[in-house]
Amino acid sequence: MNIGDKMEVKIGLEIHQQLDTSKKLFCNCPTILRDDEPHFTIMRMLRPVASELGEIDQAAIFEFEKKKYFYYQGYYDSVCLVELDEEPPHEINKESVMISLTVALMLNMIPVDEVHVMRKIVIDGSNTTGFQRTAKIAFNGWIDDEDGRISIRSLCLEEDSARKISETEDYIVYRLDRLGIPLIEITTGPEIHSGEQARRVALKIGRILQSTGKVKRGIGTIRQDLNISIEGGARVEIKGVQELKLIPIVVDYEIMRQKNLLKIRDLIKNNPLPDGKIYDVTEIFSSTECKIIKKAIQNNGKVLAILLKGFKGILKEEIQPNRRFGTELADYAKVYGGIGGIFHTDELPAYGIKEDEVKLLREKLRAEDKDCIVIVVGEEKACRNALIAIIRRIEQAFIGVPSEVRAANPDGTTHFMRPMPGAARMYPETDIPPMVITEELLNQIKSNLPETFEIKINRFMKEYGLSYDLASLIVDSPYSSIFEEIVKKSKINASLIASTFEYTFKMLKREGIDVDSFDKNIIYELFMRMSNGKFAKEAITDILRWLANNKGKGIDDAIKALSLIPVDLVEVRKKAKEIIDENIEIVKKEGERATKKLMGEIMKIYRGKVDGKIIYDILNEEIMKVLKN
Amino acid sequence: MNSGYRGRALELLKKYEVNIGDRILVKTKKAIFKGILIPRSEIGDDLHIVIKIDDGYNIGLSVDSIEHIEKIIEGSSKEENSKVIQKIKESLSNLPKVSIISTGGTIASKIDYRTGAVSPALTAEDLYRAIPEIGEIANIKTEILFNLLSENIIPEYWTSMAYAIKKHIDEGVEGIVLTHGTDTMGYTAAALSFSLRNLPIPVILVGSQRSSDRPSSDAYLNLKAAIFTAVKAPFAEVGVLMHASSSDNELIVHRGTRTRKMHTSRRDAFQTINSKPLAKIIGNKIEVYEPYKRRGGELELKAKFDNKVVLIKSFPGIPIEIFDFLIEKKYHGIVIEGTGLGHAPEYIFPAIKRAIENGITVVMTSQCIYGRINMNVYSTGRMLLSMGVIPAEDMLPETALVKLMWILAQTNDKEEIRNLFLTNISGEISERSEYW
Repeated sequence: MNIGDKMEVKIGLEIHQQLDTSKKLFCNCPTILRDDEPHFTIMRMLRPVASELGEIDQAAIFEFEKKKYFYYQGYYDSVCLVELDEEPPHEINKESVMISLTVALMLNMIPVDEVHVMRKIVIDGSNTTGFQRTAKIAFNGWIDDEDGRISIRSLCLEEDSARKISETEDYIVYRLDRLGIPLIEITTGPEIHSGEQARRVALKIGRILQSTGKVKRGIGTIRQDLNISIEGGARVEIKGVQELKLIPIVVDYEIMRQKNLLKIRDLIKNNPLPDGKIYDVTEIFSSTECKIIKKAIQNNGKVLAILLKGFKGILKEEIQPNRRFGTELADYAKVYGGIGGIFHTDELPAYGIKEDEVKLLREKLRAEDKDCIVIVVGEEKACRNALIAIIRRIEQAFIGVPSEVRAANPDGTTHFMRPMPGAARMYPETDIPPMVITEELLNQIKSNLPETFEIKINRFMKEYGLSYDLASLIVDSPYSSIFEEIVKKSKINASLIASTFEYTFKMLKREGIDVDSFDKNIIYELFMRMSNGKFAKEAITDILRWLANNKGKGIDDAIKALSLIPVDLVEVRKKAKEIIDENIEIVKKEGERATKKLMGEIMKIYRGKVDGKIIYDILNEEIMKVLKN
Repeated sequence: MNSGYRGRALELLKKYEVNIGDRILVKTKKAIFKGILIPRSEIGDDLHIVIKIDDGYNIGLSVDSIEHIEKIIEGSSKEENSKVIQKIKESLSNLPKVSIISTGGTIASKIDYRTGAVSPALTAEDLYRAIPEIGEIANIKTEILFNLLSENIIPEYWTSMAYAIKKHIDEGVEGIVLTHGTDTMGYTAAALSFSLRNLPIPVILVGSQRSSDRPSSDAYLNLKAAIFTAVKAPFAEVGVLMHASSSDNELIVHRGTRTRKMHTSRRDAFQTINSKPLAKIIGNKIEVYEPYKRRGGELELKAKFDNKVVLIKSFPGIPIEIFDFLIEKKYHGIVIEGTGLGHAPEYIFPAIKRAIENGITVVMTSQCIYGRINMNVYSTGRMLLSMGVIPAEDMLPETALVKLMWILAQTNDKEEIRNLFLTNISGEISERSEYW
């Protein structure tokens, strides 16, 4: 179908960016993620707290119904009692508040007069407390996009959640390293009308965040959630879009999905609602050849079915590329029942299920030709939960698009994650005193606002003589501040430093080397040594590669290990003469051009030890001498 | 009812006639805000008002920047939606009876997410709603005896608690759960251990280290296990039930005279000192450690305490005047938390001697907390013994204090005091120092 149809689409962005502070938001632990073996693990359970009005948040009930328990992994030296919820939170990290206010002012927002930390109930285990601490810092801002002004509704400062490591039916394992890292949440108004515009706005906000020099970089440090609705559809929140380039695809696919769901609504409008009856049809499959069903029955499982009157063909309707309406139902079965998948008569006989079994099934449920039967297989309670969820989803199909939270798949399609949380699930964090934002503090921040992206590019071009391309690359990279520092302190040419960051680092990244994790001090030292002639610029790649593979070692170790001890130029000249003698025919034939040809030979020996330019000059001089004679 | 507001903020709210819970519109120099007026915490200044805006967040607005306030909707007073859990109630009649006596703290909470207010859930109905599982364990009856922070509990309240427990035992219950703030729960547990002589059923004190308004609270698991223990435990002693570790999978019942809060904030703050606990609970299993008093017998109440007893920690440079004051004010007992095996600096010996001569009972415990007093090893110890200081064996200093208060309320005969103090009355002293 054509997804470019003129139709009102409303998109709002929610951007989550980790801050690069030295301490966490409510304790003094470092903000580092770790992959080494955790030092300890504890086990916890969470339960929703009854509200005054007797109601518990829908999303909270949803998590509690899963009755999972949680394991939390920690490290003695980087996770403390605060993350373990064994000690009250400390006061809010001032540095984080300052960064938030800086971003707020750059987004033309109005800061609150007094910051109040709230507890937002989240009981999926990702917070040991059962809530996420979050505070409203500012609102009512805007940024300009080429298609018009976009409002920035809200900026909140919150703690990041624990990292999910693994999950089984009974429990989830989380790691506490990420819990408590300060996170800025920026919410735009729904004035964005296309996926491309959404990408642009996200990029613009991302660059403002980066200009503070105080945000984390790399995968997982910035997350975009999208709120999308189309005319006649519903608001759907899509979580976990990690790459900007995926945004337009996700948006287009969501528009497609909502349109297709509306189409299905029209197709089924004359059908009766499901009667809610669940049939046990295990008997029919007692001697089935379908492996999945056979195995389930052997494990005392059941085969349960529901009848969807008038639904023939509907489950086969494509909603998104390679995702059918049946896939949507299967998502519900998976989330609510833990059932791997569903079977339905639109696609049967198949998977080892035979014609006569389908016939018996239709007879038992008194299905007519225009009807569809959905069956699920597994433990009885799980099957029931799955089918009840499917029935609920079918009921929603008569209304149109259910408002829900979905997660992005790598290809830009999405799958159902959980129902939309209610708004009323916050209450004050009484362990943390409110923080007053004074005019003095705001004025101080206002007079120190960082340069915007464009201004900085111009300045880099003017001050350091960089090309526009190189200047924009370096300004957009995590290295812009260290670049300036090195330019000021070393004797190295600014373009060389910039291109090292842009080209050498990128090349190493492609090799799979995690250059972003290099300590900034090491990078700084590296250029200082080069500036002092400790090694030639060609050696940088090898040194970085060596450092990446020898974590914990220093630059001097690398220089030693790679035997990059500086070489006497007299020796180079001697070698150059030798090479010329060996290749005298070429020199005679090619003249000065031989320098280029012989460069490779000599570089084999001195690469990284002596600057290539110097070698070239020496070689050239010697060749000219020979030619003169 | 502008709770928490004072000074200029309160004046402002009065001027515009708005109350907590009202939905209001506030016009400030910067913008217009709409939200519900929220109570202010007592630690806040009088220069800001707090509103809950529509996305659920609370924000503070500076009084100085407010130009106008308007009431949009009058706040409704709390709508108490008490849907009775009929099903649970019907099935309760066959279950064992347990009384829950609350003395303070909030073992269960309700939150009004509209205003963010947290209120305690204290009635049986509230508890069934908050922890439906207890409807499968016991038929509970609740009594709200006090609503005190445990640091405010004084010995008179121990007496009231003991009488309340007697009343419930006389009515016939399988066990009693007493909810208590954790700060002085150890003291109360010791006091009840001495007061409730020949106790016929278990009395389980329970608290929580994380407030019950949070999903991660230890309150629910602790309370559930306490009710379970009150029903199932074979022992009839006073116990303190709390988490065994940081994890939510194991609970410990400490003997009332042997437990001490050893951490300010952790769930497993309570530890049994110099002994084994009464029991360990994992899931539906209760593992009990001998020896213990069995269920049964006739309760005998001895619940009087002498207030004129103090606990003093010895330290380098301790001023001798402390003792002068106690002698002058005619105190009856002094528990010294001495150093090491039971020592104190020699320069205070004359004062200790004078105290004893003035009829004050002086006992010696150790600030090491772990281990037994032995005053025969060093000369300072021997000198104190010869003055008449009573060594408290392996008793906790706090337990020694409570015990001395309890003894001095019964007798002033010096010999009897000494004998009672050195007799194991409720598991507070052991003959052997076990290695574990």
